[in-house]
Amino acid sequence: MTTMELLTWLRGPGLSISITIMLIGITVRLLEMLLLGRKKDLSEARDSSSAKYGWRTVFTRSLPSMACLQKVPVTFITGYVFHIGLFLIVFFFVPHMLLIQDVINIKWPGLPFWIIDAITLLTLIAMLISLWYRYWDKVRRYLSTFSDYFVWTITFLPVLTGYLLYHRQLLPYNEMMVIHIITIELMLIFLPFTKLMHSFTFIFSRWYTGEAAGRKGVKI
Amino acid sequence: MSEDQTLAKLLLEQGVSRRGFLKFCAGLATMMALPASMIPTIAEALENAKRPSVIWLSFQECTGCTESLTRSHSPTLESLIFDVISLDYHHTLQACAGHFAEHIRTEVIEKHFGKYIVIVDGSIPLKDGGVYSTIAGMTNLDILKETAKGAAAIIAVGTCATYGGLPHANPNPTGAVAVSDIIKDKPIINIPGCPPIPVVITGVLAHFLTFGKIPELDSLGRPLSFYGDSIHDRCYRRPFYDQGKFAKTFDDEGARKGWCLYELGCKGPITHNACATEKWNQGTSFPIQSGHGCLGCSEPDFWDAGSFYKPVPTSPSDIASNVAPAVAVGAAAGIAIGLSNRLKKAHAAKQHKKVTNDDLQS
Repeated sequence: MTTMELLTWLRGPGLSISITIMLIGITVRLLEMLLLGRKKDLSEARDSSSAKYGWRTVFTRSLPSMACLQKVPVTFITGYVFHIGLFLIVFFFVPHMLLIQDVINIKWPGLPFWIIDAITLLTLIAMLISLWYRYWDKVRRYLSTFSDYFVWTITFLPVLTGYLLYHRQLLPYNEMMVIHIITIELMLIFLPFTKLMHSFTFIFSRWYTGEAAGRKGVKI
Repeated sequence: MSEDQTLAKLLLEQGVSRRGFLKFCAGLATMMALPASMIPTIAEALENAKRPSVIWLSFQECTGCTESLTRSHSPTLESLIFDVISLDYHHTLQACAGHFAEHIRTEVIEKHFGKYIVIVDGSIPLKDGGVYSTIAGMTNLDILKETAKGAAAIIAVGTCATYGGLPHANPNPTGAVAVSDIIKDKPIINIPGCPPIPVVITGVLAHFLTFGKIPELDSLGRPLSFYGDSIHDRCYRRPFYDQGKFAKTFDDEGARKGWCLYELGCKGPITHNACATEKWNQGTSFPIQSGHGCLGCSEPDFWDAGSFYKPVPTSPSDIASNVAPAVAVGAAAGIAIGLSNRLKKAHAAKQHKKVTNDDLQS
């Protein structure tokens, strides 16, 4: 199989298979969690419009908290940088954007390449610091499992190979493209079955947190 | 014209001046991306070179590669055939036909065994005993094997000969394969393209004559001097790509301003060829310059790599149609697992016994 044949397979059936696995996995896991239900809160609600707090929290928990910045500055800064970075790379880097737009048929403008280039570099640095911090800090190291390092790796590799691809480093363009797409497809396949699932479950967990607090009369 | 004469002698006889000859060598050096210091070496090598015999085999092809070669301008086809090589067998260009033409081929094989060059355009059908393309009663496979036996080197010209090309495209009804799929014991130079750039064909021939060996090749057997860079990397529209300026349709403002054609399906980023530098029609233009994206014709299986008008990152598969079935399967599995969990939960709740005072005291 030539590089081009492999590339065509990865762009076509390969991508199709990995997205199908991802979609099946996400649906199964979300339904599994939601159908499990929650224990009924028998206490009287102090605020009957507690659902409102649930929805509010989904968004407000994305805003920076100064208390967190002071307490865990490394996690806070690197976390924000690579989360925003990954979001912009996936949805506003023209080649990625074109693929998503082709599937969902909704258009939006992309960012110039030099901006994405800088964002990618910052994302890589932030992710490397977060890994180093996870290992350097004894408590975090103790709490970390294989899954944490695995998730970091499958998130880091697409960004790294994409950066090398754009700058024509290490391997010829088409070969690096093959590796880049493989890393992305691996990430898509593992997304529902690892902690990467938080990219979907965060909505539910935040909603429950906000709703539970609202019910108790705590305004968060 | 004696075949034992050196090129220098031949050129002198034809009234080519020393100055003219050196200009020709300088042109070759530039084309092959060689430094100016190599010009004397090229001149010396060509002066002493003897005209090699060339057999051109045309198999499952459209003659586009020959049409391209006839538009060669540096060196011209005429100078190539009459001065540099002895093109002894070529369906389209030879004067003779029938048994006599085939006789010449076998004669060249015998007379110049181990020294002649074989150029192939077109793919070779293998299905059903190779009956889908025969010449003088012989299958393409048999002709290729017979002719390749005594060849010094084989030059596969065009995407059909190099990678199977259009005949090889899905579902490949004739079982078409490339030259390199059949011949394993001879040096093969691949010059893909549909068709290849004429100066690349003549340039590779000139390189072989000058240095007596095949040029440095990439992993797909293509000469690095012509196929080392992608179209995208050498494209004059590349700055627009970096700035994020793309034509959205073939007649919008961006298209008129000459912005990048990436979003219109240009395959330049994944295609290696010299179109952006050597260009076509005596260096006049190339597809992107005339407003159309690159089709990626010098890469294997370019015909099966999705629409010419869909951007490189988009998928050749219809991913959108997989979404609903995938979610449906996921939903069915999720509900089944969820219900099973709920049953377990209900069962556990049923089994649960209230703790009594007796339990605590026992």
